[in-house]
Amino acid sequence: MTDLTASHVQSTDVVPARSRFPIHIVVFLAPALAIYTLFSIYPLVDTIRLSLYAGDETGARSFVGLQNFYTLLTDPNWSGQFWNAFTNNLIFFAIHMVVQNGIGLGLAMLLSLPRLTGGSVYRTLIFLPTMLSVVIIGFIWQLMLNPLWGIAPSLLKAVGLGSLFGPWLGQESTALLTVSLISVWQFVGIPMMLIYAALLNIPDDLLDAATVDGAGPFSVFWFVRLPLILPTLGVVSILTFVANFNAFDLIYAIKGALAGPNFSTDILGTFFYRTFFGFQLQVGSPTMGAAVATAMLVIILIGVLIYLFGVQRRLQRHTF
Amino acid sequence: MTIRPGRIAVHIALILYTILALGPILLILINAFKTRRAIFADPLGLPNGQTFTTIGFDRVFANSDFGLYFFNSLTVTVVSLVLIVLIGAMAAWALTEYRFRGNTLLSLYLAIGIMVPIRLGSVSILRMMVELNLVNTLTALILVYVAQGLPLAILILGEFIQQIPKDLRDAARCDGVSEYRIFFSIILPLISPAIATVAVFTMVPVWNDLWFPLILAPGDGKQTITLGVQQFIGQYVTDWNAVLASLTLAIAPVLVLYLLFSRYLVRGLTAGAVK
Repeated sequence: MTDLTASHVQSTDVVPARSRFPIHIVVFLAPALAIYTLFSIYPLVDTIRLSLYAGDETGARSFVGLQNFYTLLTDPNWSGQFWNAFTNNLIFFAIHMVVQNGIGLGLAMLLSLPRLTGGSVYRTLIFLPTMLSVVIIGFIWQLMLNPLWGIAPSLLKAVGLGSLFGPWLGQESTALLTVSLISVWQFVGIPMMLIYAALLNIPDDLLDAATVDGAGPFSVFWFVRLPLILPTLGVVSILTFVANFNAFDLIYAIKGALAGPNFSTDILGTFFYRTFFGFQLQVGSPTMGAAVATAMLVIILIGVLIYLFGVQRRLQRHTF
Repeated sequence: MTIRPGRIAVHIALILYTILALGPILLILINAFKTRRAIFADPLGLPNGQTFTTIGFDRVFANSDFGLYFFNSLTVTVVSLVLIVLIGAMAAWALTEYRFRGNTLLSLYLAIGIMVPIRLGSVSILRMMVELNLVNTLTALILVYVAQGLPLAILILGEFIQQIPKDLRDAARCDGVSEYRIFFSIILPLISPAIATVAVFTMVPVWNDLWFPLILAPGDGKQTITLGVQQFIGQYVTDWNAVLASLTLAIAPVLVLYLLFSRYLVRGLTAGAVK
């Protein structure tokens, strides 16, 4: 508050201070707001608008209200695919929540042990795959799991589990799990880092006090550290949710737009791509694509709202 | 300090996980320099005098514009980053320094972009780029990436600007220095440490992105490296030497940069940018 008045001290004798909006604020804000509005907010709003239209062969568009969503959810040609993609996406998310964030939490606990030698080396190396492109990771694992190359089967054989190997990426029953675990493998570093940072921020006195009071390592973790990092676990969860329901690159790189075998790895991102651009015999439809994108937007917003008003508030009350 | 058995178990667990995290990447790197026969006969072995070859790389360079893709990616990433930092810092400065009507509302407006992925607006973005005649140009990608990166950059830079002591600017104001000069000559140089943090959150997703290059600039020699590799491997999927070499070429620059700057990246991630 003082800054604005200070900056106006010199100018008051020229123009009355209250009469107009300070021009320099406009100059500072204009470029960011212009680009952000034009290329981020406007397309999102326009996508929602387009989802209420239908186009015909001539390219003319007519307003159809919620018809596209009705088609998406009830027309047998669409709803089967939509719900399949949605369910797969939920499974994709559930696997990330349990495996990725579970391993991330475990690694963070180990790394935050006091006086651990080489901690920063481990952190740096384990985080490395996160830096690489999802596409590259997809191809790397495709080669690793390729029965032709035989890396995975021979490694499994070396530890006596050779019989477990199968063409995991090619089987309908295992493809989604395999793709999810590849993504987990790549992104474990993010929850690890965020949780590690949160664990470091816990004051040592708290842990010492608990130990002096006779709490064992398990009690210290369960009753002291875990409650204190709950807000971070909330952030990790919502980041995972938004990233998973927006994922596309990995499935596209490994399985192509058709998300095979038989759509078993199809998630909302690939479904959106196919709807928008078309595939095989089906012609792409911008308006149906916009409807799928709007549905994804609604799903993501529901997740964010649950987090903001359900999880985050309760957590803050809990910890402070 | 005596070595406790518990500590050894911790190290074993961490080393095993590190091997799991790096193994696949190393395997690609070493096999890229081996003959086809050696790739299959001894995938875990290092290339030696008999098995060493660069034939994969030769084929990649002969059959694709790898250098061009790399240059495209570099251009898009660097220009986006510079614009995000400059424009983002200006907005962050205005939002943290001045109190004006609508300030909170604007911050909330910008926060939408942190949570809602801009990808979902792709239908309209493509329509717009067609109308603006920007399809298959790097400009289209840069505009989208700047819009995508700004909200988080403004949040991070804003937190950083708040920590700069107030005396500096107040002293400057007393001397009658203009607001523009305060920003460009005093504030901008002071925020350079925060640029590393902003870079983690902007450069990496931009460099690695497949979606927007695929939609907005899929041809005409405007492919980025991620898309270029994806298209190349799609074509030469049975040529193991070429596939491994192209993956290595895509991994190597990121690997080198990461190992050089990992300290800053890791610090940025753990420094509470996401609270």
